[in-house]
Amino acid sequence: MALAGRLLNGFRLRQCTSRSIGLVFSSIQRRGIASCIDPSIGLTDEQKEFQKVAFDFAAKEMAPHMAEWDDKEVFPVETMRKAAQLGFGGIYVQPDVGGSGLSRLDTSIIFEALSTGCTSTTAYMSIHNMCAWMIDTFGSPEQRKMYCPDLCSMQKFASYCLTEPGSGSDAASLLTSAQRKGDHYVLNGSKAFISGAGESDVYVVMCRTGGKGPKGISCLVVEKSTPGLSFGKKEKKVGWNSQPTRAVIFEDCAVPAANRLGQEGEGFNIAMKGLNGGRINIASCSLGAAHASVQLAREHLTVRKQFGETLSKSQFLQFRLAEMATRLVASRLMVRQAAASLQEGRDDAVALCSMAKLFATDECFTICNQALQMFGGYGYLKDYPVQQFVRDLRVHQILEGTNEVMRMIISRSLLTDS
Amino acid sequence: MAARVLVGVKRVIDYAVKVRVKPDNTGVVTDGVKHSMNPFCEIAVEEAVKLKEKQLVKEVVAVSCGPQQVQETIRTALAMGADRGIHVEVSGKDYDALGPLQVSKIMAALAKKEEANLIILGKQAIDDDCNQTGQMTAALLDWPQGTFASEVVLEGDKLKVVREVDGGLETVKLDMPAVVTADLRLNTPRYATLPNIMKAKKKKISVVKPGDLGVDVASRLEVLRVEEPPQRKAGVKVETVEDLVSKLKEGGRI
Repeated sequence: MALAGRLLNGFRLRQCTSRSIGLVFSSIQRRGIASCIDPSIGLTDEQKEFQKVAFDFAAKEMAPHMAEWDDKEVFPVETMRKAAQLGFGGIYVQPDVGGSGLSRLDTSIIFEALSTGCTSTTAYMSIHNMCAWMIDTFGSPEQRKMYCPDLCSMQKFASYCLTEPGSGSDAASLLTSAQRKGDHYVLNGSKAFISGAGESDVYVVMCRTGGKGPKGISCLVVEKSTPGLSFGKKEKKVGWNSQPTRAVIFEDCAVPAANRLGQEGEGFNIAMKGLNGGRINIASCSLGAAHASVQLAREHLTVRKQFGETLSKSQFLQFRLAEMATRLVASRLMVRQAAASLQEGRDDAVALCSMAKLFATDECFTICNQALQMFGGYGYLKDYPVQQFVRDLRVHQILEGTNEVMRMIISRSLLTDS
Repeated sequence: MAARVLVGVKRVIDYAVKVRVKPDNTGVVTDGVKHSMNPFCEIAVEEAVKLKEKQLVKEVVAVSCGPQQVQETIRTALAMGADRGIHVEVSGKDYDALGPLQVSKIMAALAKKEEANLIILGKQAIDDDCNQTGQMTAALLDWPQGTFASEVVLEGDKLKVVREVDGGLETVKLDMPAVVTADLRLNTPRYATLPNIMKAKKKKISVVKPGDLGVDVASRLEVLRVEEPPQRKAGVKVETVEDLVSKLKEGGRI
């Protein structure tokens, strides 16, 4: 803690390398300080153990590298495989195909903790987990055996391909066609903004096998080396830089019909069911970033002095910190409640997942942004991790269903006669 | 092949927590403070589990002395690969006064009861820094000891231990049964995996009292007062080397 004080008092700051700040940071975020925002409250002993492993892993294996991964746009394959060895590659995939067989709530707790180490990498891992679950749940026994073990160990990586240049929020209007020719489907079209594209080995692709609308969509698993599959340039993004984002292009790409998940016309349903969990996961990643930012801001307030006293004496900043903590705990409760509902298959699960995603991603972005403001000019420097949390979180309000689409889902749930 | 390893694990205040002295100066604040397994105990558990994976020992038993909460620490050892746990129940004033003498008596009694032929402990705990329990346990059992171990090799019924000592590294060969205390560079403790955490739930933790082992936990020490270290005083700037030398002489430093 004394080291943090010396680092943050202006003059000596510029002499410090990012690495030493990273070490201070990882020591702070690893150990929950204030008990009212302690993320282990209300958890079972077993869940606390899961959380502890995830926090330890995040602090030791991820946090020291998060700035470098962002700066150099590194896709940290070895680190993710280490995480997979601990069971993080297929957290809610069934154990008979290599998964950990845990609940949605356990999953949320784990991603929240991992995200304190690197939000971008954890978010990719959550997408990978979502794809593994889709194959586990909707795949035939052969498909499950073929893909899930390698995905759970992260020997192979997966990408979720729904969005197209012409269809984002209006996902059901997607155009990528899959024409049946004998025992193959021939795919033509392109997907946009695909996380992991180019690095991933397995692509879960929603494509049109039938007529217009959601009922004409099927889900195909496409492997990387398939002829006719190519990728666009790696996009330059504001955040999420530890995972590559590219367009995925299909040009007369022939995929075995045996790679279809479920029946023709079930693809949209499969995609949406995947996203329910995906939304909880993304919201959980937001929670982790916000938690780390609140801890960093709190530490900064006790160290930085202006006007003759520490910032923690300023009532405005005290109140601001209180608001941030309140937003964080409220978001966490929503996300965990949604996870429990999804696990039990309750009627309110879809709406609750949407509410949790909407609320948590918005609130947590605000928290990180306010934390950045508390750091003053230092908050804007890349030597400090808070700006990376802000940049990484910004996209959570957009993907896996924009927060506007979340409102559509919630209002539909409210206004439809049951 | 050694049948059984006993590993002692201590629940201590987490290393990253800022420790505060109680207002009445009788000790430090432990209520509501984050606790975890002593880092040297983690290294001890890791070494025991490694021996089991090499099939040089049959069973690893994790032992902890204290109130109900120490079962969390035992569970962590189980999640790392220990086979079962023993919780020696000590609470209240007895727990406050629990020190290396009492723990070593308990470990010695358990070693006899469980027919263990290897005891691995952390070299010291980060709360009291005593560095005594391993040595006392060996003495009570009249077993050889290899302390500050940075390498342990089990060859049949002999134990080769490389010790980190002030002069460098010392290699000793011990007859089993023996006591080893783990130093920092012995190994890097593994993360518990999710499947192992779930398996740990099913592993057994048996509860015993010191009385059942015939151990008297009464303390021979009384803590009179606990204080914070003195605040660092400001230094003094001097103009010349002569000033510096005279100031050092004044302060009795040279």
